[in-house]
Amino acid sequence: MKKSNLLNKLFDKQHKKQTVSYLIVIFAYVILEALLKTGNISSLFKNLLVPCTCYIVAALALNLCVGLSGELSLGHAGFMSIGAFTAVCLSGLLAGTLTNAVLRLVIVIIIGAAVSAFFGFLIGIPVLKLQGDYLAIVTLAFCQIIVSLINNVYFGFDEKGLQFSFIENKLNLSSSGKILIGGPIGASGTQRISTFTVGIVLIIISLIVIYNLMDSRNGRAIMAARDNRIAALSVGIDVTRTKMLAFVISAALAGAAGALYGLNFSTLTPAKFGFNQSILLLVYVVLGGLGNITGTIISASVLYVLPELLRSFESYRMIIYSLVLIGIMLISNNKFFKEKLAELKTRRFNRTHSKEAE
Amino acid sequence: MNETPVLQVKDLGIDFGGLTAVNKFNITVRKHQIVGLIGPNGAGKTTVFNMLTKVYDPSRGTIELNGQQINKLSTVEVNKAGIARTFQNIRLFDNLSVIDNVLIGMHNSIKYNTFEGIIRNRRFREQEKEAYQKAIDLLSIFKLQDLMDHPASSLPYGAQRRLEICRALATNPSLLLLDEPAAGMNPSETAELMNTIKDIRDHFDIAILLIEHDMKFVMGICEEITVLNYGTTLAFGAPEEIQNNPEVIKAYLGGA
Repeated sequence: MKKSNLLNKLFDKQHKKQTVSYLIVIFAYVILEALLKTGNISSLFKNLLVPCTCYIVAALALNLCVGLSGELSLGHAGFMSIGAFTAVCLSGLLAGTLTNAVLRLVIVIIIGAAVSAFFGFLIGIPVLKLQGDYLAIVTLAFCQIIVSLINNVYFGFDEKGLQFSFIENKLNLSSSGKILIGGPIGASGTQRISTFTVGIVLIIISLIVIYNLMDSRNGRAIMAARDNRIAALSVGIDVTRTKMLAFVISAALAGAAGALYGLNFSTLTPAKFGFNQSILLLVYVVLGGLGNITGTIISASVLYVLPELLRSFESYRMIIYSLVLIGIMLISNNKFFKEKLAELKTRRFNRTHSKEAE
Repeated sequence: MNETPVLQVKDLGIDFGGLTAVNKFNITVRKHQIVGLIGPNGAGKTTVFNMLTKVYDPSRGTIELNGQQINKLSTVEVNKAGIARTFQNIRLFDNLSVIDNVLIGMHNSIKYNTFEGIIRNRRFREQEKEAYQKAIDLLSIFKLQDLMDHPASSLPYGAQRRLEICRALATNPSLLLLDEPAAGMNPSETAELMNTIKDIRDHFDIAILLIEHDMKFVMGICEEITVLNYGTTLAFGAPEEIQNNPEVIKAYLGGA
């Protein structure tokens, strides 16, 4: 009798934390959708909605890698770019045969995620065997390589088939042909098929994947490998394999985010996925809290929209942005603030306990 | 006596560069036996544990577990073969809850795959529930069940040592290696731990090899003792023999 009580309490506690994140996302969706329907939202904001969901998903993916698995990655924008350009090319190729935009979007997001996961796997093979910050260095280089590779690739198709070259004028397409990636110009003339709803669904899927993964045997192994490598090995956890699992899932989610992002713009240049974007994602994760999923959602959405809200400050914009970042960090590490938060938590804890005693 | 021993180590040795840390170390642990490994500081006791669990690669010698050679296995495979251990300097998963620490020990006995874990099908739910029940049963043996949702790092020192044993047991070993299980415990905790260790030996029918400095503990619990000095076996036998062995007394108290 007592034992089953203990079990139930434990499961409840875990679920409460997760329900909050789901509710925040659904609540935000309902409100924003209502504002969209009634036309109470500026066009500037409207254009931010889809990219914002993409960055939330990418930040969640990075948090899985950095916060939960404890491996620093400085190249998640690289995975986003793989997802994005895979999706843009595929969507361009499929446009004629698959006219249903939503179905096409879903298919290319899945394939974008798979391609990105494959690259994550390739990088992980040599790097995750090592201990230390090698992954950070390798992913950083990977991101740079991907960007310069796409900067120099020309890819197109016509009725004869696919064509691909590293020199622009080598690509001789017939008049009905179409260039999908044009080197530094990137992809242009993309059909914009991403929607806010699909973005929200993607966030929810990421939440389900991350929460359920971390709450299962593999998730526990991921955290064990992070907390104490030798102890994890001693209880029979294959640390390399476990870290690989987290990294590949993280790369897949980042790829999916990139795919959605790529199909939200009619033109997409490789420069959009540079080192700065990787760092930006890391900022979202660090400010949201390493391993803190709800925090990541909030910080990513606030910090993505903030620079746009600060447009009226013109050239002081980035200075204010960085001051806000410093401010958030100082406040969240403030002793007084932390004590208050702890107090609040214990008060709630005591209340639930006194209720049980009655 | 012709039953295969749980652990049979022959002429085990390891060199670190030019330094020979352990040489010609022999030990046999039979089923259901509690064996002590003692010796002065720096004798190489923990190094022996690290070789048995393949944290270090032995330079010489053979290790057999239940008749099967395990020299070539990795640390992970050694655990799967049936050796679980605790550490001298406690190595818990500090940020995780007490019950998660034990559940991690069960990693290889839970069989559902990653995808089933994400979609949470019936197989997942059944196996998780079973694992939780088993983890709570294990924690109850060590009187930790009321602390199960606390972070492992918040436990008092003695409880952390007990949790580490609990986690090792969760891997379903046939041989349990305990590295100074009573270190830092007060006399009453030590006495309780002695009883608990005997209980788990009977309950799980496992063999135990332990390193300990507390002689009262070692003499009270071990059926056989091996003394290690300067990396080689100095003596082995029943507690009474060891206590009266002049060589052992010399090694501990310093020769005249």
